[in-house]
Amino acid sequence: MIRQPRINHGAKRLLTESYNTVKAQIHITLKTGVLDPQGKAIESALGDLGFDGISNVRQGKLIELDLTESDYGKARALIDNLCTQLLANTVIEDFAIELDD
Amino acid sequence: MANSTITAELVAEHGLDDKEAEHMIEVLGREPNITELGIFSVMWSEHCSYKSSKKWLRELPTQAPWVIHGPGENAGAIDIGDGQAIVFKIESHNHPSFIEPYQGAATGVGGILRDVFTMGARPIANLNALRFGNPENNKTRHLVSGVVSGIGGYGNCVGIPTVGGECGFHPCYDGNILVNAMSVGLVEHDRIHCARASGPGNLVIYLGAKTGRDGIHGATMASAGFDDAVDAKRPTVQVGDPFTEKLLLEACLELMATDAIVAIQDMGAAGLTSSSFEMASRGDLGIEIDLDQVPLREPGMSAYEIMLSESQERMLMVIRPDRVEDARKIFSKWELDFAVIGQVTNSGRMVIRHQNTIAADLPIKPLADSAPEYDRTWVRKETSLSTPKPATEPDIDTALNLLISCPDLSSKRWIWEQYDHTVMADTVQLPGGDAAVIRVHGTAKGIALTTDCTPRYCAANAVEGGRQAVAESWRNLTAVGAQPLAITNCLNFGNPERPETMGQFVGTIEGMTEACRILNMPVVSGNVSFYNETRGSPVHPTPTIGGVGLIESLNSMQRIAIDEAGLHLILIGSTYGHLGASLYLREIHGIEDGPPPPVNLNLEQKHGSLVRSLIHRGTVRACHDISDGGLLVAVAEMSLAGGTGVTLFLPETDIAPHAFWFGEDQGRYVLAVEDKNVEPILLTCCSENIPALQLGTSGGSHISVEESFQISLADLSYKHETWFPDFMKNTDNRSVED
Amino acid sequence: MKTAVIVFPGSNCDRDVQIALRNATDSEPLMIWHQETEMPSIDLIVIPGGFSYGDYLRSGAMAAHSPIMREVVSRAQSGTPTLGICNGFQILTETGLLPGALMRNTSLKFACCSVFLRVENSYSAFTHHYDDEEIISMPIAHLDGSFYTDDFTLTKLIDNSLVAFRYCDASGNTSKEANPNGSLHNIAGIFNSSRNVLGMMPHPERSTDPIMGRTDGARLFDALVASF
Repeated sequence: MIRQPRINHGAKRLLTESYNTVKAQIHITLKTGVLDPQGKAIESALGDLGFDGISNVRQGKLIELDLTESDYGKARALIDNLCTQLLANTVIEDFAIELDD
Repeated sequence: MANSTITAELVAEHGLDDKEAEHMIEVLGREPNITELGIFSVMWSEHCSYKSSKKWLRELPTQAPWVIHGPGENAGAIDIGDGQAIVFKIESHNHPSFIEPYQGAATGVGGILRDVFTMGARPIANLNALRFGNPENNKTRHLVSGVVSGIGGYGNCVGIPTVGGECGFHPCYDGNILVNAMSVGLVEHDRIHCARASGPGNLVIYLGAKTGRDGIHGATMASAGFDDAVDAKRPTVQVGDPFTEKLLLEACLELMATDAIVAIQDMGAAGLTSSSFEMASRGDLGIEIDLDQVPLREPGMSAYEIMLSESQERMLMVIRPDRVEDARKIFSKWELDFAVIGQVTNSGRMVIRHQNTIAADLPIKPLADSAPEYDRTWVRKETSLSTPKPATEPDIDTALNLLISCPDLSSKRWIWEQYDHTVMADTVQLPGGDAAVIRVHGTAKGIALTTDCTPRYCAANAVEGGRQAVAESWRNLTAVGAQPLAITNCLNFGNPERPETMGQFVGTIEGMTEACRILNMPVVSGNVSFYNETRGSPVHPTPTIGGVGLIESLNSMQRIAIDEAGLHLILIGSTYGHLGASLYLREIHGIEDGPPPPVNLNLEQKHGSLVRSLIHRGTVRACHDISDGGLLVAVAEMSLAGGTGVTLFLPETDIAPHAFWFGEDQGRYVLAVEDKNVEPILLTCCSENIPALQLGTSGGSHISVEESFQISLADLSYKHETWFPDFMKNTDNRSVED
Repeated sequence: MKTAVIVFPGSNCDRDVQIALRNATDSEPLMIWHQETEMPSIDLIVIPGGFSYGDYLRSGAMAAHSPIMREVVSRAQSGTPTLGICNGFQILTETGLLPGALMRNTSLKFACCSVFLRVENSYSAFTHHYDDEEIISMPIAHLDGSFYTDDFTLTKLIDNSLVAFRYCDASGNTSKEANPNGSLHNIAGIFNSSRNVLGMMPHPERSTDPIMGRTDGARLFDALVASF
């Protein structure tokens, strides 16, 4: 996963009772300023392969999960909580949440 | 799928030839269905049936008073006194590692670990014998990097120290690398578990990772040569999960501490098929399995796929019905999937049910007994009898510099620093010596471990090469003060359907058999890997020998390092200056020709026994056997290991200096001893009619030969240490300096 | 002295530290499974090395949320000496008992070798058998050992003498060449602010036996025993 996460700032639509699962994607990346040896290694490898003009490669994680919470706001708050408690280490990592129906 | 028609093409795709197909129908008494065809195909594959090698493997000595279990179990077991046993085996994972180096090597380690703990033993050490292609070839670097991190990634996570092995390079491995993984475990005699089912009515238990569509046809893949379509086979490589393996290891050992398990076998190549089949077959019983009970990772898997899946980290066991509850408690503590999937019967048949149908119904004994066995045509290659004589020879110091930094002799620190070699806190001798030494936990005993083979000797003369591989293993164990006990072997060859390759195999077995017999070091386990060839070009015959020896007291363990001044160097054994098939000729002159050095097994035994007894008497300060690169390389390695220089003199001899210093005559050792012990040792040698020669003394910071040259140890060390990191630099560059 | 070793699925140095503690204390350490929620009165808690939960997600992340860790955190906060070695150090940072994080080695490779350490603060229950600035040797074996924290926290660690060990060469220079994993400030181990919690990447339990050729780790365990 090399691309920057797309950050979903608002609800695509209000989730209603008829949808009982929500798919969430959580993008976890190292904070700006934190050394990312893997990102740098990828960047250097891409250079070796002859791809020019590539910089600022950052490696992160993509976590996908299904939620039974149907209220968008609650779902978001719940995932926020998951992230700060376990999925991301906020000492070194940022996260961005994306919800799909 | 169960209703697919069995066409001749389908049978051929399953790797069965016409004769085997006919034979299958005879055994079954009817046409097989697709699941049955799949089962036949893996059970009769080279990988599972050893059909080309069986006839010859029977020749190998497998007995000794200390052998508890020889070949035939998941791993061999030998007695080391005090009611303890060492369980060990080596196995190849060559083809998967070439296709996907990280996962191929990782799952190789996983598989061999399971073979050991299935026997009830706690693994205490891993070793790896690796052979790669030409270092100049770009792909080689990629393979080295992947294989090494795969081995480390798996073994480090499970927490078993990887303590030794070897790594060599030759263009013959360009299309077929060798990854041979050895594991060694410790167990009390009365806790050794076997893979023989017994007691009809006992339950068949599935434990570990869920079954997915991994590696279906791995066993048949390992039984076919590579072609250009190799990339198409990529998805069949299994992915390892060392964390689950660690849980499996702990859960199995915890349950094995009770008497709940009747039989246990890991699901390796050919997965559920071969594990269930072999357990029933060994017990001469039947087995019934309900595939609907098998934990699956993917929906909609057919009986064929479930039976042939090679998903990793799975075990099959037979448990008494009244003990299932105990097992359940332990397995759920370790958060492992667990299911009762069948039972042992006395029908003598393997009956597989799936979704209310009988997916397979096969007679076990007839299928096992009538597995094909071939006496393949073989021819012996003529050995070149004369060693080429180059017109000019370089200076001795130039040659030493080149040899000590050549790919095969350069320091392998880059590799072993990626392996956790100190976990379990019993590693007494680190990688880099003659043999690794692991303390038997809580005792003063040590287990010496080594892997050995000199493929260029085997290529030149298979019989001599087979003899030498065993002898070198014995010698390395001896050099650390151990009593060699037994070996495991991994026999890597090309296509056995070629008479030349089969001739190499037959010759190797002949040489090994003789060496095992005379050196009293039987074979207790092993594996054969054929079809290591690409587009008709086979690897050098590479019979990797994994040797195990016992050191009764670690006080009498020996190291190679010369770390003090004033010691005297004594050469034990005869020097003729044999340069045929030597590393010197290959590395310095680019010549791979000539006969390999002959091994005199009786002298080997005599010299080694003397060296061992001198070590036990406490009269030796450092000891090293002489192998690749000859005498001067051996001395340089001792000197480098201890950071102390040596001054040598060339004795009066008819042998040319380069042949004296770099010849690879067998059965030789270098000892470093204190002044007061020189004379007694020389006298002992004289009275036992063993050649012994004073070579020089230790001290200073140079290796020098009087009136000839002087090399600074620091320079030599730099050359020795930098070849590998420099070679790997292109991958290492991807790491970053902050 | 009563000691406890916390065991997680995937711990693999639990047995090694058990032996080191047994030898140092002459008594049997309590091995506590991570699913436990309580423990008896204990004088020293050790979180051993290994690959808890396979190092999946992040080294130490999942173990930090095991049931027993709530109790460990509360004991540590009320002053019980707590030692985290290697994966144990990673777990302690994930619980927040120690600041910072352990990131992938800058070489991107697992590193198993012997390193020199400079003792930065001998004033603690763990380190009082060493001298300040003494050079000792221990093995390391890790993939994620590069200590990272923000500048503010780093300054605080240094100013309050909370750095326990730094990687150095044989003569005590904390040079870049002597840094095996890219740790900030060559940090190999740190204390919490009251110095009853120590996290370190090197393995003292693997250097307690003369037959291994090194015993510097034994002095850490002996120091703990002497503190009681």
